[in-house]
Order: sequence, then structure tokens, then C-alpha cells
Amino acid sequence: MSGEIIKHPGLNLGAAHGPDHDAAEPMIFGFWLFLMSDAILFGMVFATYVSSLSATAGGPGPRALYDIRSVFIETLFLLASSFTFGMASLALKYRHGAPRLIAWLAVTLLLGTGFLGLESHDFITMFANGGAPGRSGFLSAFFDLVPLHGLHVMGGCIWLISLVGQIARYGIDRQVKLGIMRLALFWHFLDIVWIAIFSVVYLGGLT
Amino acid sequence: MSPPLGRVGLHSLPFWQMLQQPTQSNVINGVIASGAAGIMIVGAIVTVVLITRYRKWGVLWTQWLTSTDHKRIGIMYVVLAFVMLARALIEAGLMRAQQAFGLHGGFLAPHHFAELFSTHGTIMIFFMAMPFLTGLINFVMPMQIGARDVTFPRLNSISLGLTTAGAALVMISLALGKFSTGGWFGYPPYTETRFTPGVGPDYWIWALELTGLGSTFTGINFVATIWKERAPGMTLLRMPLFTWTALCTSLLMMFAMPPLTVALSQLALDRYLGFHYFTNALGGNMMHFVNLFWMFGHPEVYILILPSFGIYSEVISTFSGKMLYGYRSLVSATVAIAILSFTVWLHHFFTMGQSASINAVFGIATMMIGIPTGVKVYDWIWTMFRGRIRFTVPMVYAIGFIFLFVLGGMSGILLADPGIDYQVHNTVFLVAHFHNVAVPGVLFGLIAGYHFWFPKAFGFRLHERWGMLSAACWIVGFMLAFFPLYPLGLMGLPRRAVSYAQPSYVPLERVAFVGAILVLAALAALVVQLWVSIKHRQENRVFVGDPWDGRSLEWSVSAPPPEYNFALTPVVEDRDAFTLAKERGEAYRLAAAYADIELPKNSALGPVFGAVGLALAFGLVWHIWWLVILSTLTVLMTLIASGFSRDTTRVVHAEEVRRDEERWIGAARASTAISRADECDSCNVGLAVQEQEGAAA
Amino acid sequence: MMSASEEERKDFHSYLWGIALALPLTLVPFAVVHWGGGSRLTLLLVIGAFALVQMIIHFRFFLHISFSDRREDLQLILFSTLVLIIMIGGTVWIMGSLMLRMAMPASP
Repeated sequence: MSGEIIKHPGLNLGAAHGPDHDAAEPMIFGFWLFLMSDAILFGMVFATYVSSLSATAGGPGPRALYDIRSVFIETLFLLASSFTFGMASLALKYRHGAPRLIAWLAVTLLLGTGFLGLESHDFITMFANGGAPGRSGFLSAFFDLVPLHGLHVMGGCIWLISLVGQIARYGIDRQVKLGIMRLALFWHFLDIVWIAIFSVVYLGGLT
Repeated sequence: MSPPLGRVGLHSLPFWQMLQQPTQSNVINGVIASGAAGIMIVGAIVTVVLITRYRKWGVLWTQWLTSTDHKRIGIMYVVLAFVMLARALIEAGLMRAQQAFGLHGGFLAPHHFAELFSTHGTIMIFFMAMPFLTGLINFVMPMQIGARDVTFPRLNSISLGLTTAGAALVMISLALGKFSTGGWFGYPPYTETRFTPGVGPDYWIWALELTGLGSTFTGINFVATIWKERAPGMTLLRMPLFTWTALCTSLLMMFAMPPLTVALSQLALDRYLGFHYFTNALGGNMMHFVNLFWMFGHPEVYILILPSFGIYSEVISTFSGKMLYGYRSLVSATVAIAILSFTVWLHHFFTMGQSASINAVFGIATMMIGIPTGVKVYDWIWTMFRGRIRFTVPMVYAIGFIFLFVLGGMSGILLADPGIDYQVHNTVFLVAHFHNVAVPGVLFGLIAGYHFWFPKAFGFRLHERWGMLSAACWIVGFMLAFFPLYPLGLMGLPRRAVSYAQPSYVPLERVAFVGAILVLAALAALVVQLWVSIKHRQENRVFVGDPWDGRSLEWSVSAPPPEYNFALTPVVEDRDAFTLAKERGEAYRLAAAYADIELPKNSALGPVFGAVGLALAFGLVWHIWWLVILSTLTVLMTLIASGFSRDTTRVVHAEEVRRDEERWIGAARASTAISRADECDSCNVGLAVQEQEGAAA
Repeated sequence: MMSASEEERKDFHSYLWGIALALPLTLVPFAVVHWGGGSRLTLLLVIGAFALVQMIIHFRFFLHISFSDRREDLQLILFSTLVLIIMIGGTVWIMGSLMLRMAMPASP
């Protein structure tokens, strides 16, 4: 990114956005700090999961419960949604107008809710196969980690809808820009956490 | 259809059991419990009545509760801390009385005693020390870095609201139901539903979740502020030591709170939804909790001590009239302590079954933390050496700290050896150790900080004699209350023992009880001091703002400071920026021109999230599900609505800034500068005489 | 100093590269697990390595964290990673030792 002063992680607005670009620096840095804290939260839940793998207490384990096909599709949805959010970020930075920004955000929302729908279906199927969280320590650990990520995605979706509402009300003003940039960080962060989840929980559990 | 008040019932009242079964024990304990609840309720009513009588609700709302000013928020945190300190000290007094007369029974029922040690520890750590240090950092740090406020002012207010909600929940437990009997770290399986189905552990869980969330946000806020809002020229290595310790404390808050949140959430899931994280059966493992809790718990104690270390650095250099010795080594030591604090948590459970190799590794890591701490102690001593020491109240606390904390640290090094720890773990030897580092370390520092910065916050000095009396009572009281616990622990008295059968314990317990009485006297002296100081505030005004000949930027503004802290953002050229300015004769100068200043507007988010958080937590504790759902929805709606808020700043116009500055600098010019000999005299109006190079003393 | 459209191409390519690299890094581990082959340890190492690389791809191409300019975000990630390694590694080590030495007979 030659010629551009990078002030914070994620896509920077750039000098063309004037004072909004300057105002972003402490806000985005603060949000980045929050994400680091959230990463530790996930890390501890991961640690619980990994040390609970043998705590199946005679109940069903990974092989009986995990559906690799479903997880694969969920992964593709989330990865695609990272890309589409990137497109939304570009629409914001290069001022392609509210309709295009909202369109990319809408596609991202669709992919996100698709992910959540598939995941909820996975959980229901697990319950039906005896894989409820109260069955064993292993299942409790699983149901802390994966739904925690799902709740974060749901929070991101609600935030996204709220931002679209703000655009409708205020247009693309500074608060909206900062909100979209922070949601972008959040969204990409959640995809990174998902990489860890599908690798450690699902693929790791099914080898 | 669940009952509208969940599992609240008549049996939740503190006098119920006493009325139903009036045995001697029930009556004594019932009277004490009802008395405590009564004091709280009367206190709350009196407060409301006074505010109404003096028509201060408007002021309270607009100038304090909805304020986004870091100075106001800081003061409110400290007020909360003092209220909770009073409660926790009374609880300590009760426990000491019980143990002084505890040979073959005493007067407190075991269940009641267990509640007392649980609330005492929980309150002291989460609702006294954390708010106190958060309040001091909030007030001082932005001024020390030359900033106008923290990066996220509304979030600051929300953190205060959440912590206050947690404290309120703990206070409510005095009147309704019983608090946890699981100690301040609530180990399962005892705190699981199977063994403690009542509301106690739930009170504990949700109070901590609320304040833990608040502290996480505070940590994020402070790191962002220190990293991004420093005045021009203030590089990291020109920051005052208190700001450095605030930075490290805040990083620890950010990274150490999540394990606690996970542990508490998992315990809650076990209790509410029948999960199996820590249960005995079906694959649960209590050691998960122990591991997670102490992964939080150890950095937590460094969160507690580091700000006090920073305060001691400021106090010792100011009252020795000397630049801090070994600034870089102090900074390196602080950072080293912060990083190492993540590597030692297992020393809290050496005895729980893991291999000797693991114990050895963590034991060695623990001993290593003693090294940077020792560096700091030497730096402080060298700062005092050849200085011109003034024995003001903060300095007396600092000197007491150096002597007493070193002893506590040494007992810590002893405990760091797993072999030794196996002998004394969970005896009162351990209790002696952590009080030995917490009281002279954490608490003395916070009280010293209170004395040091009170004049800056309120514009008048505290009464010196009552302060000295309090300090003396604290120091002697602490020694009498806790030194006997070392031999008692070696003699085999376990911690948390409601009674014992060894007559040889009694003399030591009696001495400890006398110490506790002295500590309560120290608290009373602090209260009297405040009363007397307010009464005599006109004589002790220090409006010009520099009563101690301070070295850092917070002393370069009036006392109390203007809302915007600095009329013009200072430009920093070296450490001890204000001392430098004074030496160059650059202090108290009117500028050629002033600019408009943008400040954040008030916000109701803090009190709203606090109130709704309290309602949510209360509903969860008492299983009032409609309240839980309603509160959760309110939180969600408020969050979304806050995204739609615009117009969150207001402007202080340049003319007003100029008027404030002229008034203040005019007062400075009209004042008589005083030498340090007159520091505690009413002629001190906050202007320090500047000693010129080479002049005679 | 690039023109706006040149900068946009560059930014767009960043996202394109991101997803172009992330896709195979996702497909391969799934394929390897689904169609088997190799010892369990090899599989786990492959999954782990691909996950780590894909995370770095995300950081670089979606979050634009690089070695140039602002190092503080990178420093924060590295410090957080250090803390995570200590916390997760320590937990696994401790719980492992406990399981070895303190395992209770299985109870219903």
C-alpha cells in the first residue's frame, strides 16, 4: 500500500476520507484490543475442549456425532462471507455509494445466516443422536466452544443489520464508517477462529 | 408457570431461621445477620432521604452518574471502594473475634463464618481493591499523559455501572438469601448444584461476571488511552512510573479476565443447565476450574499490586525531592513482572496432584518474580538516599510498605518452594502471606494515593494529624493482626477454621484480635479525617494546584482541575515534565491564544447498563425468568440504540477557557510560594517555590 | 502516489489473493481427512500446519497486517499468541499430568 499511511489494522480509509481516517486510529486500535481479549476467551474454551476429549463418560464421541459434509459447507459459507465483507469494505473506502455497500453487506448477511442455520441443524441432529451437552464433560466442552463462536456470528449479523439501519437513517457518516470497519475486523476474526474450530474440533476429532 | 418472584420466599430473610428455630446459635447469628442487613438498608434509606432533602437528585444525575469525565468516574470508583472497605473490615473484625474466642466453638455458626470469609475476600479483591485502583488510575493517568480524557469515555462509565451493579448484588445478599460459602474462589464440586443448591454461589458468580466484564472493558480503555492519547513529545520512556504501571495493569486486566469469565460461565452452565464441566460424574473435572481460576487469579494479584508500586514511585520521588532513581530499570522490572505473572499460576495449587516436575517449573518461575520486585525496592531506597525526605502521610505509608512488604514477599518465596508449600498450604501461614503483601502492598499504596491526589481532586488538603494517626493504626494494627498467623500456621491452624481445639492457639489469636480492633480504629480515623478536612476546607485550599511540588503533569493544572484538564495540550520534552517546566520558569503562563475544546457529552449508558445488569443478575440468582428475559432484551435494545446515537460531543468555547486560565494564573501570581517546610500549613495554596540552581537553601 | 483506481485494484487483489490461497488450504485438510491415508499423527500435523498457514493468510490479506508501517497491531497479535501458548500449553500439560496421576475409575 505505497503512498498510504496505515493507521490501524484492517482496511484503512485513507487520506481521501480526511478527519474520518484520523478519528479511526484510536477507535480501531481499541477494538483490536477487544479482539485480543476475545481471542484469549476462545483460547481458554479451546483448552477446555482439548483436555476434555477423553471425558465422554461412555457417551457418544466425535465419530458418532460430527458431520464432515455439513461442516465443509459451513466453512465455505464463512470463507465466502469474509470475501464479500472485503468487497463491502472496498465499496466503503472507494465511495461506491450506499446501494452497493448495502448489497455486499446483504450477501454477507445471507452467508452468515446460512452458516448459522446449518450449524443449528447440526446441533439438533447431535441431540437426536444422544449428543446433548448434559451427557458428558466432552459434550459440555464441545457445546461451550462451537455455540460460543455461533453466538459471536449471530451478534455480528445483528450488528450488521443495525449498521444497515444506521445507513438508512444517517447515510454513510463517520459513525457508520467506523462501525463497518470494526465489524469487518470482527467478521474476519470470527473466520480465523472458525479455522481453528474446524481444524481442531471437527477434522481433529474425525482423524 | 414459575412463580413471579422465582425462588424468593420468606425463608430468604435473614431473621427467618431465628424465628422458626430460636436456638441460642440461631438467635446470635440471626441477630448479627439481621443487624448487618439493617445497617445496609438504613444506610441506603438515609442516603436517599438526604439527597432528597437537599434536592440533589438533579446534580447527582447530571454531574456524576451520567458524567463521562474520567475525573468524576474515578472519584465515584474510590467512593464505592471505601464503602465496601468498611463492610469487609467489619466482617474481618467479626471473624477475628470469633477466632479469638473460638476455642471449642465461639459464637458464630460455621455456615455464617463461611459466608463471612467468602464475602470478605470477594469484596476486598473485587469490590474494594479493583475499584480503588481503577478509580485512581482513571483520575490521574489521563492527566499524567497530557490528555483530556480516556479513549472511550462512555465505556468508562459503563464499566463503573457494571462494577457498581456487582457490588450492589453482594450488598443485596445481606438482606435476601445467603451468600456463597465457597470462599472467594468458589471451587466446585462444592459450588455445584449437588452440594450447594441455594442462591449463594449464584450471587457470587453473577457479581463477579458483572465486575469482570467491567474490568475487561477498563483494561481495553486504559491501554488504548495510554497508547494513543499521549501528548506530543511524551514517548513511552518519558511517561511517569504510575502511568507505566497503569499500562501493565491494564494489559493484565485485558488478558487475565477472560479465563475468569470462562470459569464462571462454565460453572453457571453446570448449575443452570446441567452441564458437566466440573461435576464429579459424567466426565466433569474440578481441576479444570482450579486451573482456569488461577490462570486469572495470579495475574489478578499483580493487577492489584502494580498500581500501588506506581503510587510508591510517585510518592517516594516527590517526598524525597528527587528524581526517581533507575527509571529504566523500574520500567523493565514492571514489564518483567507483568509478563512473568502469566507463568506462575500453578503455585496456587501445588498440592493438587500434578507431577513434581510441573511443580518445580512453576516454583522456579514464581521465585523469579522476586527478582524484578527486588530491583524496584532497591530503586526506591536509592531514590530516598541523599534526598530531602518529608514525612508526610503518603511517605509514612511508603516507608511502612518497604519494611513490611519485603517480609511478605519473602514468605512468598518460601511458599514458592513446593516442598515447603505442602507443609503450610491452606494454613493461616498462607493467609498471613497474602495479607502481608496485600495490606502493606496494595492497600497502603491505595490509601497513600488517596492522600496524595485528594488535594488535586477536591482542591483542599486532608487533615495531616488524623492521617498520621490512621497510618500508625494501620501499620501497628496490621502487624498485630497478621504476624501471629505465621507461627499459628506453622503450628497447624488451617485457614477458614471457625473453631479449633488447641489451647496454645489462643494467645496468638487474642493478639490478632487486638490488631483487628486497631485496624477498625484506623478506618474510623480515616472517616474522622475526611469529616474534619471538609469542615476546615477553606483554610486548606490549594487552588493553584501544586501542594507537594509535584513532578508530573497532573500537578501543572488547578485543583480541582478544569473539566478539560489542559487549556492547551502540553508539549513534553523529558521525564518529570512539570518539574522541568518549573525549573525553566515556564509554568503558570498565559498563552497568546486559546482554541475551542471538544468534550464528550454526558451519557445515560453507564447507569442504564448498571441497573439492567443488576436486574439481570438478580433474576438469574433467584430464577425470576421473566426478569432475565426482559433484562436481556433491554441490554440488546440499548446496545443497538447506542449505535444510533449521534451528537455525542459538546464544545467549550475559547473565551471560557481563557477566563478559566486567567482566573487560575491570576491566583497563582497573587499567591505566596511556599517552601517544603510549610507544606502542611494553611499557607500552602498550591504554589511551590522554585529553587534556583546554586542558590542557598 | 497511486491514483485511487490503482489503489483500489491493489486492495481488491489483496482480497482476491486471500480467498484464492485460503480455498485450497481449506480443501486439502478436508480431503485428507475424508479420504484417509497416513497415520493419525501425520494427519494431525497436516491439519495443524494448513490451519496455521491459512490463519496467516487471513491476517495478511483480509486484515492487512504486514511488517511495514504500524507494528503495534502485529506486536499485539504476537504478544497475545505468546499468552495463548502459555495458557493453552500450560493447561494441556497440567491436565495431562493430572489425568495420568489422578485418574479415577470411571463412574456413571
